[in-house]
Amino acid sequence: MSPLNCPLPIVDKETVLLGHGGGGKLSADLFRDVFLPAFSNSILGRADDQAILDLGSARLAFTTDSFVVKPLFFRGGDIGSLAVHGTVNDLAVGGATPLFLSAAFILEEGFPLESLRKVVASMREAALQAGVQIVTGDTKVVEKGSCDGLFINTAGIGLVATTLPLSADQAKPGDLVLLSGPIGDHGIAILAEREGLSFETDIVSDSASLHSLVAEMLATGATIRCMRDPTRGGVASSCNEIAQSSRVGIQLEERAIPVRDEVRGACELLGLDPLYIANEGKLLAISAPEDAGQLLAAMQRHPLGREASIIGRVTSENPGLLTMRTALGAVRIVDMLANDPLPRIC
Amino acid sequence: MKYVDEYRDNQLAQGLLREIRQKTTRPWVLMEICGGQTHTIMRYGLDELLPSWIELVHGPGCPVCVTPASILDRAIELAQRDDVILVSYGDLLRVPGTKTDLFSAKARGADVRMVYSPLDALRVARLYPDRKVVFLAVGFETTAPANAMAVYQAHRERLDNFFLLASHVLVPPAIRGLAASPDNRVQGFIAPGHVCTIVGCADYADLVQEFHVPIVVGGFEPVDLLQAILALVTMLEEGRPAFANEYARSVSYRGNLEAQRILGEIFEVADQSWRGLGEIPQSGLRLREKFAAWDADKVFDLNVLPVEAPSVCISAEILKGLKKPTDCSAFGTVCTPASPLGAPMVSSEGACSAYYQYRRHSLVAIQ
Repeated sequence: MSPLNCPLPIVDKETVLLGHGGGGKLSADLFRDVFLPAFSNSILGRADDQAILDLGSARLAFTTDSFVVKPLFFRGGDIGSLAVHGTVNDLAVGGATPLFLSAAFILEEGFPLESLRKVVASMREAALQAGVQIVTGDTKVVEKGSCDGLFINTAGIGLVATTLPLSADQAKPGDLVLLSGPIGDHGIAILAEREGLSFETDIVSDSASLHSLVAEMLATGATIRCMRDPTRGGVASSCNEIAQSSRVGIQLEERAIPVRDEVRGACELLGLDPLYIANEGKLLAISAPEDAGQLLAAMQRHPLGREASIIGRVTSENPGLLTMRTALGAVRIVDMLANDPLPRIC
Repeated sequence: MKYVDEYRDNQLAQGLLREIRQKTTRPWVLMEICGGQTHTIMRYGLDELLPSWIELVHGPGCPVCVTPASILDRAIELAQRDDVILVSYGDLLRVPGTKTDLFSAKARGADVRMVYSPLDALRVARLYPDRKVVFLAVGFETTAPANAMAVYQAHRERLDNFFLLASHVLVPPAIRGLAASPDNRVQGFIAPGHVCTIVGCADYADLVQEFHVPIVVGGFEPVDLLQAILALVTMLEEGRPAFANEYARSVSYRGNLEAQRILGEIFEVADQSWRGLGEIPQSGLRLREKFAAWDADKVFDLNVLPVEAPSVCISAEILKGLKKPTDCSAFGTVCTPASPLGAPMVSSEGACSAYYQYRRHSLVAIQ
């Protein structure tokens, strides 16, 4: 064998990569290194899915999100309903009742008006179901080739009734981790319809508004430390964020995490881990241990939480880390993804 | 899920672990060749569950890890040309060359596209007849037949804007190199199941004769791997090194003859450079002369710069099973999946990446 050598790669960090939008470590780096120092304030610093604004007489939740999903129409939804659900959910997991949304459209020259009408009708339907009104908006048109048909930005405002300090930094050792149902449905439904990936699956996106599920949970009076809708980056990224913000460990039980067979099968084929796949209608909650039972029961009574389960617990060991007890009984790390999850070569 | 759950069954796995514990009377060093097997070992924590006397070391079987930086440099150079569309598998797009990676080149305007199979690459070539579509094709005997098929199809269709930039590697010559090395400490090999599914087992059986080292073909699920480890330990404890196939549901002794036929028709065996291991004689595949018109190396005038060896990275020793990722002073500090210093940290199947992903809590202080 010839003399050994291994090249020393220098990874370019001076341009924005697709991974910066993937919800993993690169996204977190961008927030910490670029946005947080520039906009520095205590509300943004909490890095929750929504800002809670204490106005004295009222507590408001405020959030915004942009939707650049491809394809625009997929099994179980489309970019319009997704844009409503995503923003409603970011408000709901802050303990807020969602009230008003804005909708801004970036349209590509040549985009069929018929498709736009379909998307807008779908938004209207989703807003009606969520009990929110779309009260302001904006439209821009860019030259052909400048965007992928249609991008939507939505922002939302909701009223926070609870006095619970719901935030990713509130988890305490001993708390339990609850999940509202099987993971990965949305991400796999989207992947299955992407150009170039032709495998048949019956998986339908789980895209849904979670506000009524959250309302049921809050009505129990249970001590909920924080809630997240595990979208980009999946359950793994949300739990990692909570573990880091709260400086606690979180340990999941592999056997307790519900994953549909079709999702597992697609993930096996593509070399992906369901824990990192996006969801759009699932809810993670960290609860005080004594209240977890009644909270779980409340979730299971709701249609969106019927398959809810307790999937792990918060620990004082390994602060800042998410670990998982594997089906065979060993413990391993579930890391924050460095980049977007990509199908492997073999 | 049928054909998967059976091989992740806890009771079966515990039974095999008990048997391995009973059989093991002294330390053994075993190597799993394939990165997919390393991934399973770490993901399910098999290394934690096995008796401490069994040391698993990780082989050079991660296709992304062993792809030389020079071929990525060539791919990046091609991608930056206006008339070229560079297509490849997703995980290859973020593997660094000497200066940058394909995702960064894409971010700067190069036309780089992700595909899921070489046949998708052909589709891109048909869609853009005025552009030159270069498919960066790497990997072991597992991915080579499909890449060969793409060239065969391009030849049949007279698709003259499709090119293969190939860097294929073969496993048996790498095992021969490891086993023949004077500093080798591997006492038994778990052969890569998927590779054997294609090429069969004859080369592996020959290696057993040549080096008197047991080789067992293993699959990729926890029970598959425990069965392979049990078979190896049994042979070692009894002092009779042999060849065995513990992945018979996928691997036949002769392999997939049709895949071998297309491989032989399109490619010929050649010397090949491996990232981390250097040049290994007769360990790669190159396009035959008849298909030179589809060979990016021959069609394009490519400027390849020599690469420099790093000062800290010990990936060569790791890929040879001489050291563990945690023996490296850079592991988990300056070398992480977000900024890898060497090949085994680059791909999610690489040994360093697997340790970082799954074992960091017991290995390094958390910042």
